Amino acid sequence: MIYFDKVSKIYSKEPSGVVLDDVSFAVEPSEFVSIVGQSGAGKTTLLKLLIAEDKPTKGRVFFGSVNIHSIPQDELPAIRRRIGVVFQDFRLLSNKTAYENISFAMEAAGKSNKEIDDSIPQVLELVNLMDKASHFPGQLSGGERQRVAIARAIVNQPEVVIADEPTGNLDPLNSWEIVQIFKKINELGTTVIMATHNKSVIDSLGKRVITLENGKIIRDDKKGRYVL
Amino acid sequence: MIMTKIKRVLKAGFMNFWRNGWVSLATVLIMAMTLFTIGSIIFSRALILSTLDELQNKVDISVYFKTDAAESDIFLLKDSLLKLSEVKNVEYVSRDQELKNFKERHKDNALITQSLEELGDNPLGAALNIKAKNTSQYASIAKFLEDALKMEGVGSIIDKISYRQNKIVIERLSKILDSSKKIGFAISLILIIISILVVFNTIRMAIYTSKDEIGVMRLVGASNRFISGPFVVEGLLYGVIASVITMLVFYPLTMWLGPMTESFFGNINLYDYYISNFAQIFSIILFAGVGLGVISSLIAVRRYLKA
Repeated sequence: MIYFDKVSKIYSKEPSGVVLDDVSFAVEPSEFVSIVGQSGAGKTTLLKLLIAEDKPTKGRVFFGSVNIHSIPQDELPAIRRRIGVVFQDFRLLSNKTAYENISFAMEAAGKSNKEIDDSIPQVLELVNLMDKASHFPGQLSGGERQRVAIARAIVNQPEVVIADEPTGNLDPLNSWEIVQIFKKINELGTTVIMATHNKSVIDSLGKRVITLENGKIIRDDKKGRYVL
Repeated sequence: MIMTKIKRVLKAGFMNFWRNGWVSLATVLIMAMTLFTIGSIIFSRALILSTLDELQNKVDISVYFKTDAAESDIFLLKDSLLKLSEVKNVEYVSRDQELKNFKERHKDNALITQSLEELGDNPLGAALNIKAKNTSQYASIAKFLEDALKMEGVGSIIDKISYRQNKIVIERLSKILDSSKKIGFAISLILIIISILVVFNTIRMAIYTSKDEIGVMRLVGASNRFISGPFVVEGLLYGVIASVITMLVFYPLTMWLGPMTESFFGNINLYDYYISNFAQIFSIILFAGVGLGVISSLIAVRRYLKA
């Protein structure tokens, strides 16, 4: 369902400006894929290309059957609603409560008020934040904020959830909880693509691991471990 | 569905306005200052125009007739003057009226009243006071009168024409009127441009603080219209609230200034002007405020939507 076709991203002409170098891989529906690599290996760039936040220098990125970099700008929001995104720095709307942050994504997708009222308690329960619905991001801990972000990412029932270092700012216990939530989401049938350099997270998952180094895929294991 | 969307955008706009309390307050106050400038320009324009009007009304040409001039001849001249396109109106002052005015003017001067009484007869002639539509037109009216002076019959009844004495004053006045209108316009234009830039920049700063949030909204899949809608609503609110504040400020201000302007400028009381033109002034200020708020927001938010 996701297919990178010989994708390169070059920021400048020097060798260090090549962030992704001729990367090709496919992700099947309901897969759980971890992308690992050291800082600067190109993980974040890879994910940015997938949500069309950045354009590749060469190659194509397919979501389903569409090349997301050749469609008109005004069709992008519709594509983005089919992808849920979670970031290391949470990126919540600071002047909206947890509940409103989640409902914003649904309102943007044009869901009815009834759907919103029905779905949000469900996702809040999934991320175990029922009692913090009316808190603002500033009043939540890092782990709680990340769980709000995950709830927001999954509330529109996207086909794919993309997470960029979701545990990067969290302590081990919170990290473990977040990963459990991703596992649960994946078991419910959603494809999950997660970039991370957290060794213990990868090793406990036992899922597919793609290893990047200097912009190239150097390893792609079906039941991988964190090896560098 | 469209109704729900509009409702959501409105609600989000109101909520952002409320939750960004201090930013909103600062923006509203700056906007109110701009609108106050625009309002002050409206008021000073009214002051200038009424003063100019007043001055213009004081300027006229008077034709004084000899004491033995027949009233019918005077009326003949009056009619031909009224036919001129430059003439606004012609006022006839009879000999008796002229005497009455003269006595009234000099009632405290015993010498003059006494000598008048001794004279027994009315030494004053009748007069025509001519007003032009525009101060620059007095020259051509004077020309007409001078031509009449040379004519047989008419020339013999005219004692004197006041234009020559007033000529310099009239010409200077019409120049002052002209240039004060131009200068006033230029100053207002500059003031308005400056204040528009200030407001635009303030709103841009207010939206700049939300630039990361706009990025997040895009990533969550919100359409550009859904993102910019609440900002436009906020801009609208700034305009509405600021214009109400401005009108409220003008109420006590004009009440206080009203009597002063009346005694200083003559026939205009700012407070009366404010009350009688309230709807018009308010709609100008509201329109300016809302337009400024909405357009500034749209321009500012679009910059962060493109990237």
